Order: sequence, then C-alpha cells, then structure tokens
Amino acid sequence: MLKKLTTAAAVLTMGFAATAQAGTLDDVKKRGTLTCGVSTGLAGFSQKDEKGNWSGIDVDVCRAVAAAVLGDAGKVQYKPLTAKERFTALQSGEVDMLSRNTTWTLTRDASLGLNFAGVNYYDGQGFMVSKSLGVKSALELDGAAVCIQAGTTTELNLADYFRANGMKYTAITFDTSDQTRQGFESGRCDVLTSDQSQLYALRIGLQKPETAIVLPEVISKEPLGPVVRQGDDAWFNVVRWSLAAMIEAEYLGITSKNAAKLVTSGSPEQQRLLGNGGDSGDKLGVSADWAKNIVTQVGNYGESFEANVGSGSPLQIARGLNAQWNKGGIMYSNPIR
Amino acid sequence: MTNATSSSAKGQGSAPAFYNNPHNRAIFYQVVLVLVLGYFIYTIINNTLINMEDRGIKTGFDFLTTTAGFDILMSLVEYDASHTYFDTFIVGLLNTILVSIIGIFFATIIGFIMGVAYFSHNWLIRKLSVVYVEIFRNIPLLLQIFFWYFAVLSALPNARNSLSLGEALFLNIRGFYMPKPLEEAGAWVVYAAIVVAIIGTWLFLRFAHKKQDLEGTQLPTFWISLAILFGLPILATLVMGVPFTLEYPELKGFNFRGGITVIPELMALVISLSIYTGAFIAEAVRAGIQSVPKGQTEAARSIGLKEGKIMKLIIVPQAMRVIVPLLNSEYQSLVKNSTLATAIGYPDLFTVFVGTSLNQTGQAIEIVFMTIAVYFAVNMCISFVMNLFNRRVALVERK
Repeated sequence: MLKKLTTAAAVLTMGFAATAQAGTLDDVKKRGTLTCGVSTGLAGFSQKDEKGNWSGIDVDVCRAVAAAVLGDAGKVQYKPLTAKERFTALQSGEVDMLSRNTTWTLTRDASLGLNFAGVNYYDGQGFMVSKSLGVKSALELDGAAVCIQAGTTTELNLADYFRANGMKYTAITFDTSDQTRQGFESGRCDVLTSDQSQLYALRIGLQKPETAIVLPEVISKEPLGPVVRQGDDAWFNVVRWSLAAMIEAEYLGITSKNAAKLVTSGSPEQQRLLGNGGDSGDKLGVSADWAKNIVTQVGNYGESFEANVGSGSPLQIARGLNAQWNKGGIMYSNPIR
Repeated sequence: MTNATSSSAKGQGSAPAFYNNPHNRAIFYQVVLVLVLGYFIYTIINNTLINMEDRGIKTGFDFLTTTAGFDILMSLVEYDASHTYFDTFIVGLLNTILVSIIGIFFATIIGFIMGVAYFSHNWLIRKLSVVYVEIFRNIPLLLQIFFWYFAVLSALPNARNSLSLGEALFLNIRGFYMPKPLEEAGAWVVYAAIVVAIIGTWLFLRFAHKKQDLEGTQLPTFWISLAILFGLPILATLVMGVPFTLEYPELKGFNFRGGITVIPELMALVISLSIYTGAFIAEAVRAGIQSVPKGQTEAARSIGLKEGKIMKLIIVPQAMRVIVPLLNSEYQSLVKNSTLATAIGYPDLFTVFVGTSLNQTGQAIEIVFMTIAVYFAVNMCISFVMNLFNRRVALVERK
C-alpha cells in the first residue's frame, strides 16, 4: 500500500483530471465537437495539408464518429500526438478517442485502461533499405544500424526478429516518424523499420524515393484500430459501430453517391443500415440516420481506403488483407441489426 | 480552583490566557496547517488510486522485473533485449550520468577560459569572449542540439568513405571510432604505476608547499608534477614490454566493428551542452573576477607579483566565493538540460525510461515518479559536493 501511495503522489494532477469520466457520448454532444487523437503526420493515415485540413484513413474514422454522433463529419478537433503521448492523452481525457495507427495488443488492452473498438487497417512490420546496399532480404541485415520510432510495438518486434535469426543490430530510436526518415536519409542508419503501410508513406517523403526499396519480409501482425477509454461502454459502442458501419456499407454496396437513393429503394438490409426501419440509432444513443450520415459524408470503408492509401493516392497500396472477407481479405463487420 | 492555567498565569504576571498566548497560537496554527495539508495530499492520492483502479489501469512496481524486449543504442553495462525494465532504468541512468560528467567537465574548462579571456589585454581575445557568450547564451539549447546533430554531424561521410587518421581513428556519420586497448598479462603494473604517480604527485606538491613556507624557495612544481604523473606510467608500460594490444576498428559489412565507438548523438549532446553551459559559466567567472576590488590587483602589483601569479594567487581565490554558488546552479541546469537528448535519440534516462519503457508498460505514474526522484537525487549530490567546495573556498578567504 505504501508503494502505491508513493507512486500516486508523483502525478498529482491525475487525481483532478479523473473527475471527467464516463459519459463521453453526452460530453461530445454537449460540446458539439469530437476531440480525436491522430498522428503527427503520416501520409495516408492522418496528415494535414497546407490549408490545415486533416485527411487519411484514420482521420476518416474520427469523421465517421462525428457524423454518427453530431450529424456532421466536419465537427472534429484533431489533436496530433506522438507515439509516446497517445495513451496518456486518452487516459487523461484530453482526447475522446484515439485513431492513430495504433496496434492492438494484449498489454495495451488489458493494463492501460483502454479498449480497442475494432480494426481499420491490418498491417505488418517491414524494412526499407537503400537500394545501393544491394540487400534483397531482411536476413542479410546482420550488423545493420536500424532507425525506429520510440515507444512502438515495432521496437519489440525488431528485437525479437534479429534475436530469432541470430543477427546483431544497432537500434537508433527517434521521437517521430519524420525524424526516423531524416536519420535514414542522412545515412545514420542502413535500415528503417516500421509498419509496411508507413514505409510506403515514408518512402514517398524521401527526396529520392527511387533510391530506397521495401524488403518483402513482413515480420509481425499489426492490427491498427481506434481506441477509447475503458469503462465507458456507451461511447465504446458508438465508436465500434461507426467503424463497423463503414465496413458494412461497403459489403452491402452502399457508397457516398448512392446512399441517398438507397434509403427508400434499396434492399431491406441496405434500408435498415441507412436508418429506414429498425432502431439501431436509438440503441446507440444517436440519431436514426447515423449510418447514412457516415456513408454520405465520409464514404464506405472501400472508398476511404482507395482515396487515402489505395489507387486514388500516391501510396498505391493494394487491398490485400484489408479487402472484404468475401473478396479475399479479412475485413468483416458484425451484423448491424 | 488553582488549575494549570492560573498557575502559569501567576508565573508570568499578567500573561494572556492560554489560548491567547502567541506561542501556543503559533503551534496551533502549525498543527492545523499540517493536518489540512496532510488531508489534501491524502485525498489526491486516494482519488488517483481509486480512479486508476476504476479505469482498469494497473499500478505498482511489478513491471520492473519483467523482460523489456527492446534494444538500446548505447549502454555502459551489459544489456540486451532479454534484460528487465529495471535494467533499462540503470542503462538510462548511467548514460545520463555519463553525458552530465563529460558535459560538466568541458563546460567548466570552456567557461573558465572564456571568462578569464574577457579580461585579456588582447582586443581580439576579449571580443571573442564577448561574442561567444552573447551568441551561445541567446540561442535556445534545443536549436543548438539540432544544429550540431542534423547540420554538422549529419554532413559527415558514410561508413565506406570515413575520414580516417592512420587507419586507427575513423570519423563518419555513424560516430567516432578509435582503437581499444586490450590488456595482457602484467597490465596491473601499469595501473599500479598510475595510482603511485597520483599519490606521488600529491606528496610532492605538499612537500614543495612546505619547503616554500619554511625556506622561501620555489620549485618548478608544474613541470615536476607533470613528469611524475606521466613519466611513471609510461616507464612502467615500457618496462613491462607494453602489456597492451590495440583492437582496431574495422569496416565489416555495414559498419565498423571493434574498437571504441562514440555515437554521434553523444557527441552532439556533449558539444551543445558544454558550449551552452560554458557561456553561462563564463559570465559567472567574469562576475566573480569583477567582484574582487581593483585595489587587490594594484596591491599585488606593488609587491612585484607577475600578472599570472596575481590571477592565480590573489584574484581567483577571492573570485571563487562568487563563482562557486553560481557554478552549482549551472551544473544542475546542465543535468536537467541533458533530458533534451530525447530530441536526437541519445539513450539517456529520459529517452529510454520515460520514453520507451513508459510506452511499452504504460506505468506512467511509477516511471515518472522514479525519474523525478533520480534527477532530484543527482542534483542534490551536485549541490552537496559544491557546498563542501564552497565552504572550503569561503574558509580560505576568512583566514
């Protein structure tokens, strides 16, 4: 107990911040905006353009939640967070939710007082090297210096992978993914390791993208998804089903263009998702047309994917694991009824 | 009814009643204050614990014994991913202490040279001191660290095109590489010689001092101590037939292997910390020297002391009174400023423990608390040593 007491004495502010618990849904409705924690800038996932507008596949999840709760996908206040800051920001109530390419792991789920509301991108860790090194496989990286972002699961996977293959390496950890790119570009390290999707994004950011290649090995599972505080089930449900609605909409063939028409002319399943009949909105504590707002304002999962990381973006990432379950991927929404 | 109150009142003549006694009142208010403060702290701690438990956040120090599972760029003790989180704490702590000691060493040297240079009769040297202080004192430290790391050290060539000196010293973007002496049989004689040389020098200096006190003759102490300090170990090395071999750094695969590596993160941090803090120390030294009345210099000149001796024997000992307390806070600032290491990825306590370890375990309160305690303790140690030193300096003055 004494241990616990001394521990707690350290961060006194926690005691004060703790009052604003539960009831995030009501708070967001009252405030009129959603505060969403995103990355400090990662192409395709969450990035800010010159005009200050955020876009990306993670940003779309924030927008979807805002559309469901407030009826307006634009009512989001974005809070850029580094990997190190993200969980504390969520725990302390600084943000309502986190949608920041965050890997779902047991430790995070079970010991941080957080809940993962689903998966919006199935990723895996890979390596990027300079072409001039002539390396074709990650197994040739013995003795390499590796640039890496601090406080990520990537750091742990890297150590496991090199140890499992009896190789040595030097880890050079930076605070932001932008700094890792700088370190890689200046030659401080031979290899940059991160989630594959990020590697493609970082590669585009290089001065000469053609000089770097992404190695074929994928050394880990990285399911990325939105996170909320534990113990606030109403809010957890809203976030979970907002994401599910995007995935379900794609499965049912509802797009931002045809949604308005399908409300009355679609199949029963389509009509039900769009709020015509059924009371899903009532059960979640949001308006009846919540899912329709999401699809018309943000788009379905497939639209969001293609526009941000797929064929409509410079990243050109194939759907792969992130295709619908009936199209060779593992994206699957539980029934919305 | 002759109770305690009336008897005490009798003793003090017309003393006020017990509750009006200023002394008792003072105690009463102190006790109330302590109780209120205690309750306040208790409430906060209790609140925190309850709230954390409500939210399902784990507390406690159990995480320290679990495997960390990540690697650290530089470690003074043996460390790999299979060690525990407590080991990451030690690794970070040692790296912080290392950068602090090297930084304090160079900052002091730079600071004293620049502080004394301010009083030089040479116009160029004097102005150099002013320009140095004004430039480095007025630019944010973080910017200076970035400058050295991203602008200067990142411009160095890659490993295959290293700058080299005699195929033994190499400098490239990955760091500075030098040969590492590996001891062979008989190396202990050299170590013993070093210890003997240090003790010998000390004894000699005492002897010379006493001789001067008694006979008034001066020995060339500087040269003789230099001869003992370096001559003896060199002699021992030669006699033992050089009981060391050098392990040269060699380019193998991606990087140099073998030898001693100084990583660029450490270089950038040490350079920027010592130059930045050196500027403040220079100002402290200038203030100290200026605090010595001019009459002291004039009196010293009138008895025929040389300029160098005036500085060493008259000015500096008196100036130290002013300089030492200022040095104390500069040293403490340097230790605290070393946490900026996190910006360039030098694995100090803040980067490793509050950065990676905190993120992997999520034990924010415990880790932040431990780190606060460390910086507090380190700075208390500096304060303690500097206060001892200060007492010495102050005593000399009073004699």
